[in-house]
Amino acid sequence: MIPANYFLILSIILFVMGAIAFFVKRDLITMFMAVEVMLNAANLAFIALARSATSIDGQVIVFFIITVAAAEAAVGLAIILLIFRQKKTIKTEDINLMKG
Amino acid sequence: MTEIFWLIPFIPALSTFILAVFGQKLPKKYVSFQACFAVFVSFVISAVSFFGLLQISHESYPLIKNLFPWINSGSFNINFSLQLDPLSAVMAMVVSGVGFIIHVYSVGYMAKDEGYTRYFTYLNLFTFAMLMLVMASNLVLMFVGWEGVGLCSYLLIGFWFEKHSAANAGKKAFIVNRIGDAGFLLGIMFIFIHIGSSEFTAINEAINGGAITQGLATLIAILLFVGATGKSAQIPLYVWLPDAMEGPTPVSALIHAATMVTAGVYMVSRMNLLYALSETAAIIVATVGAVTAVYAATMALTQNDIKRVLAYSTISQIGYMFMGCGVGAYAAGMFHLYTHAFFKSLLFLAAGSVMHALSGELDMKKMGGLRKYLPLTYPTFLIGAIAIAGIPFFSGFFSKDAILTHAYANGYYYIWALGVLGAILTAFYMFRLIFLTFHGQERLDPEVKKHIHESPPMMTVPLVLLAFFSLVAGYIGLPVVVGENLDFFGQFLEPVLKGGHVAHISHDLEWILIGISVGVAFLGIIIAWVFYIKSPKIPERLVARFPRIHKLLFNKYYVDEIYNAAFVNSTVRGSEIIYEKFDLKVIDGAVNGTASATGFLGKVLSYFQSGLIKDYALIFLLGAILLIGCLIIF
Repeated sequence: MIPANYFLILSIILFVMGAIAFFVKRDLITMFMAVEVMLNAANLAFIALARSATSIDGQVIVFFIITVAAAEAAVGLAIILLIFRQKKTIKTEDINLMKG
Repeated sequence: MTEIFWLIPFIPALSTFILAVFGQKLPKKYVSFQACFAVFVSFVISAVSFFGLLQISHESYPLIKNLFPWINSGSFNINFSLQLDPLSAVMAMVVSGVGFIIHVYSVGYMAKDEGYTRYFTYLNLFTFAMLMLVMASNLVLMFVGWEGVGLCSYLLIGFWFEKHSAANAGKKAFIVNRIGDAGFLLGIMFIFIHIGSSEFTAINEAINGGAITQGLATLIAILLFVGATGKSAQIPLYVWLPDAMEGPTPVSALIHAATMVTAGVYMVSRMNLLYALSETAAIIVATVGAVTAVYAATMALTQNDIKRVLAYSTISQIGYMFMGCGVGAYAAGMFHLYTHAFFKSLLFLAAGSVMHALSGELDMKKMGGLRKYLPLTYPTFLIGAIAIAGIPFFSGFFSKDAILTHAYANGYYYIWALGVLGAILTAFYMFRLIFLTFHGQERLDPEVKKHIHESPPMMTVPLVLLAFFSLVAGYIGLPVVVGENLDFFGQFLEPVLKGGHVAHISHDLEWILIGISVGVAFLGIIIAWVFYIKSPKIPERLVARFPRIHKLLFNKYYVDEIYNAAFVNSTVRGSEIIYEKFDLKVIDGAVNGTASATGFLGKVLSYFQSGLIKDYALIFLLGAILLIGCLIIF
């Protein structure tokens, strides 16, 4: 059996890649994808730890996260679409309505 | 039927409420009907209660109607309760009776005024407050009425508030009254501290039981009298009343002659046991009254404004009432209050009728010879003047004579002398007024003369009614020399005026005193006749001979100027300095400082609000790392 460490290292790599992509990229779609990657990295960590601990809890949580992520993707994409319709752009530096 | 006496003040109150809320939408005719009717109903109930009171025994006075507990705080308990006894019954009759006649007169007088509804709302409110004042069964509730009439006085003096002088006169009346009220309020507090109740029955019991020492009685009596000098326009707080003539004339008649300004006399009579306890306070009351009576009469001598002469005359006559109370003849003081209500409101209403005829002219120098143009106003005015001058068989004679006789009988000779001097002056200035206005040469503006007309019946009928009462009102209080037990008025009030004391004098002496007061009244009239009809040059020559005295009188002893220099200006200056140094700098500084500090902080914090997702995410990330770092390290 592959040790849990391997999965966890993969999970960290995925999470850091997602985070870097989130900060580096400038359009909302890509940033959104980066968020999904981070989310799935977390899922992977859950699954790995659940398997090594032979517990079902982690797997249940993962199912929940996937469900919520699907809903969140729908809402998030809808928001991005509306922003695009309003401002004709999805570049983050152009969207600063909340500037104080 | 007497039990419903507590309704007396509340009917005008209900009318006020309706007029205040719906008045603007109601037709003018209905407004006048309702306002007059409400006061009339009050008058009917007052009359019913009055006659009911005659039938029950003295021991059951006063009838008290406790409506509800008003203030309940520890040992400080005040009931909202009204009382009926001879004193309040007489006052309620005068207030609602004269009030009703003046309401009717106002319908004619104010017919063309824009603020018609507002006027009647105030007038009804005044009637309510005045009736509360006279029917309250404790000092605190009385003070509510006391302040209520003050408020209505302010509102009605400044009724034509777009006129600068009227607005200022209203303010002056209000502020001068505040000074008196401060004393009055202190007096009430002292009573509360030492007796523990402000109910009149409790106060009287406490005084009879010896709970009040003489020194304390003096202090309280003087404090209460300070309030009376403000409300009743006595020295030194009389200055507001002449200016109060800026208000509509019926208001001057109702508030500033017949009812409100006599509230002080009522109050002193109500507290008669207290004043009986302190001789010092009683002498102060009598002296202030007597000096005011003469002093105000001298100022009336030179005035040319018809209403101002009447205003000074009112101050002087209230002086007589206090004179009566001070010498222990409370019944005589109240009697003069009652007759004065008729003849003085008659004089004011007749003066209003003259003004009405002359398109608002007030200056007697521009009148003269009006007798033939005003066939109804002239005789009624004359009756009022004869009554106030103290000519026998008219009401004023009986009451003024009662005061003077009692002053002499009780040994206050100097008070009596001042009263007699005042009587000459009164007869003189009243007939000066009559001769200048109705007799002699016509000095009218040709423009005014074109529009001259007698007033409508709505105004002349009240004049005739009041003239009738000015004639006959005195016959319920005949002097002892005419016959024993004919002083119904005094006998009716006697059970509530136990603090009064009247020494008996021989009938011969009394006849002499009556002769003197009648003599001086005729003397005053004859002097006025000589001065203003027979040889009109004399006044001018006198003025030329004694220019200083004339100037002093004409400028009302410069009292307004002195008060302005001594009190008003320093207060205004002081307030200005405080405004500049404290209000503008400290208070406004603190307020603006808070605002700008908050603004500055907000500006600093707003730098963190870049509106860019990345910045927020970065802060979020740093925060998360920090938290996790903390978890790992600790």
